[in-house]
Amino acid sequence: MIGIIGYGGYIPRFRIKVEEIASVWSADAKSIKSGLNIEEKSVPSIDEDTATIAVEAALNALKMAGINPKEIGAIYVGSESHPYAVKPTSTIVGEAIGVGPEYTAADTEFACKAGTAGIQMVMGLIQGGYIKFGLAIGADTSQSKPGDALEYTAAAGGAAYILGKNGVIAEIEGTFSFSSDTPDFWRREGIEYPSHGGRFTGIPAYFKHVVSATQGLMSKLSLKESDFDYVVFHMPNGKFPLNAAKILGIDAEKLKPGLVVQRIGNTYSGSSMLGLAATLDIAKPGQRILVTSYGSGAGSDSFSIKVTDLIEEKRNKTKKIQDYIDDKEYVTYAHYTRLRRGI
Amino acid sequence: MKVAIIGVGTTKFGEHWDKSLRELAIEAGTNAIIDAKVRGSEIDSIYLGNMSAGRFIGQEHVAALVSGELGLSIPAVRVEGACASGGIALRQGILSILSGQDDIVLAGGAEKMTDLMTDGATTALMGAASQEWEAYYGLTFPSLYAMIARRHMFEFGTTREQIAKVAVKNHHNGSLNPIAQFNKEITVEEVLNSTMVADPLTLLDCSPITDGAAALILCKAELAKKYTDNPVYIIGSGQASDTLALHDRRSLTTLDATVKAAQVAYKQAGINVDDIDLAEVHDCFTIAEIVATEDLGFCKKGEGGKLLDEGATELTGRIPVNTSGGLKAVGHPVGATGVKQAIEIVLQLRGEADKRQVKDAKIGLTHNVGGSGATAVVHIFSR
Amino acid sequence: MGYESSVPLFWRLIKPRYQLIGNKCTTCGNTFYPPKFLCPICRKEGKLEEIKLGKTGKILTFSIVRSAPTGFEKETPYPVAIIELDDGPRLTSQIVDWKEEDLQIGRKVEACFRRIYTDGKEGIINYGLKFRPI
Repeated sequence: MIGIIGYGGYIPRFRIKVEEIASVWSADAKSIKSGLNIEEKSVPSIDEDTATIAVEAALNALKMAGINPKEIGAIYVGSESHPYAVKPTSTIVGEAIGVGPEYTAADTEFACKAGTAGIQMVMGLIQGGYIKFGLAIGADTSQSKPGDALEYTAAAGGAAYILGKNGVIAEIEGTFSFSSDTPDFWRREGIEYPSHGGRFTGIPAYFKHVVSATQGLMSKLSLKESDFDYVVFHMPNGKFPLNAAKILGIDAEKLKPGLVVQRIGNTYSGSSMLGLAATLDIAKPGQRILVTSYGSGAGSDSFSIKVTDLIEEKRNKTKKIQDYIDDKEYVTYAHYTRLRRGI
Repeated sequence: MKVAIIGVGTTKFGEHWDKSLRELAIEAGTNAIIDAKVRGSEIDSIYLGNMSAGRFIGQEHVAALVSGELGLSIPAVRVEGACASGGIALRQGILSILSGQDDIVLAGGAEKMTDLMTDGATTALMGAASQEWEAYYGLTFPSLYAMIARRHMFEFGTTREQIAKVAVKNHHNGSLNPIAQFNKEITVEEVLNSTMVADPLTLLDCSPITDGAAALILCKAELAKKYTDNPVYIIGSGQASDTLALHDRRSLTTLDATVKAAQVAYKQAGINVDDIDLAEVHDCFTIAEIVATEDLGFCKKGEGGKLLDEGATELTGRIPVNTSGGLKAVGHPVGATGVKQAIEIVLQLRGEADKRQVKDAKIGLTHNVGGSGATAVVHIFSR
Repeated sequence: MGYESSVPLFWRLIKPRYQLIGNKCTTCGNTFYPPKFLCPICRKEGKLEEIKLGKTGKILTFSIVRSAPTGFEKETPYPVAIIELDDGPRLTSQIVDWKEEDLQIGRKVEACFRRIYTDGKEGIINYGLKFRPI
């Protein structure tokens, strides 16, 4: 049985409110807030990046897993804001948390689903008997063009998952992916901010892939909507996941614990993984969680995860996602600009 | 021990936009040679204190540079101990005479700092701290001394006003010194209200970035009268080291290297602290003078602030400190400072300190520190 | 900043800097961080062993850098402190995620992983541990 043996998140402390950004662009904060279903987003400090966020999340996961980091045989860090264009984030994480040197590592990129792709890669290595434990992380310090609609949501944060067969707190019952060449959001090499296709990012992109992957998973595992106690979909904003749930006939209440986007924004590769972490923070043994990520370009990875009895004793060893959400300091747009243009 | 100083020479200290290290060093050296009434050809060796010409002007090998410019082919040695380079150059000159090898030595110091912008100079100076474990984390010298100040205030109740009084006193003395970079008197309020550099230290708590050079002609004691009627003698020399990084030290409010160097110097001179008439101490930052007066034994540990309240270290006080204006007002061309301190004591003991003259000065002390206290060198002088 | 653009200079200290790896002299029992190459107390009689130190400690003294060296200009003002780890050794680093009232002698802090500085736009990124109030 492959499953999660430890998980951890990290969200930078700074927040900026939708109102603060809207006031700079003379935009109507009220309509933006209701349109995106978001209140505020997280902002990384000047000295935080994907690597530092990944390390903090990984340390939390390691604490919960309670294993010797030397036993981790693979590290995959998914992000679209790796600090280096060439030079892995994953080895920075490995060194900082004490893994290695006998491990394999790589950085992954698939817009916002690079982290869940890492989970699948680790599952494969464990299933194949190549490694005992593996670490998959999704983390981002998301970029957005000043003044673009993305600026209200592009946030920073990440989550880390250590997978293995012993000490499992949540079993991964199965996974199903759905991918196609759909350029709804992209960033060319050397360009600072991503571009997107506006409303094209909706029906042919996000919804098609999220819904198809989810339906594929349920059919593969012979499960139906009612078999899941909680549901997490990738959260580009607070509206899209709820709409996807509606299409799939899923009760919106099941999304609530994982709908962290309203308070922290879209953490890109960290988004669905932080949503899952927040859900695991409150789930009870025996409950089943559906997670479907989405990465532009485009693809979705869907997972069925069943919580075990071990979760009760293990999850209190680290800081909860809600703790990170509550520990915050608001910044002005001027301060935000300074932090984002940082070192 | 006894080694004579028969001549002194300096440049003005300040921002010498039009002068190079070469020119400053030659000017100070020439002035000293003229003052000593020796012929250049009588000099046996040169010891030159210089912290970081390589970083400041891209020039290494500066001792040979100076001897070459002087037209001398004698041994020339650069001495480096960060901001204590000058004091150590003096000590090396003394040792080479005491060894019997040399009769007359030129011991000098020079630093050309203003060819770099402030951030570059700040970075270069951090070479005196631990590069790997202090500079790496963005520490600066003002912040290292600020941490000493903060701790001193915490442990002994030293006040921000007391610390400011060091700057006020030294600026007053500097206003009487023609070579000083700053000739302007300042008030406690001005110190407290000037730009914050590293809390709690403000711009006026810090010694400036300075160009300058200073030189001494040292001579075997028995030969001194051949050249001058009023030689000044060095009767004690002590040097000690400590860890480069402040955090590795036994105490954050005592420079053990100072304590040790002073003990050695006092013993060698056969005097005790009460015999000292005046001192030039290393006030790279105001707090450093307070710590130094304690570590040298001018007052009990923790009472350095009180010493200022009492006026004990003023020109007319019990133990005048930094009559020249100190590093604070004269300026701090790092490699030259230790030599300049000795020159001030020589002028005082010769009775040539003009408006700064301390009455009946017979025994003086210099105290020169490298980094945040990893090197300290103390010299004792008498008429 | 660290000495300009020297990759090996940064690289060889990655382990102690990222993981708080110090050492302990089995002869005298003293713990050292930053790690020593020779026990300064026992010298040739000393025997040093690697030890991983705990992340928590307290502020012994601090300052706020407002005039920064090259490479740190964009971060000013930033607090720096000497921290005494609960495991004994003292070190110097920056304080992050701070409020005015956190800057106090005795304040409890814990290590967190951050960028220290970058060698311009093209050079390597130097990471390490800073400390946040807890």
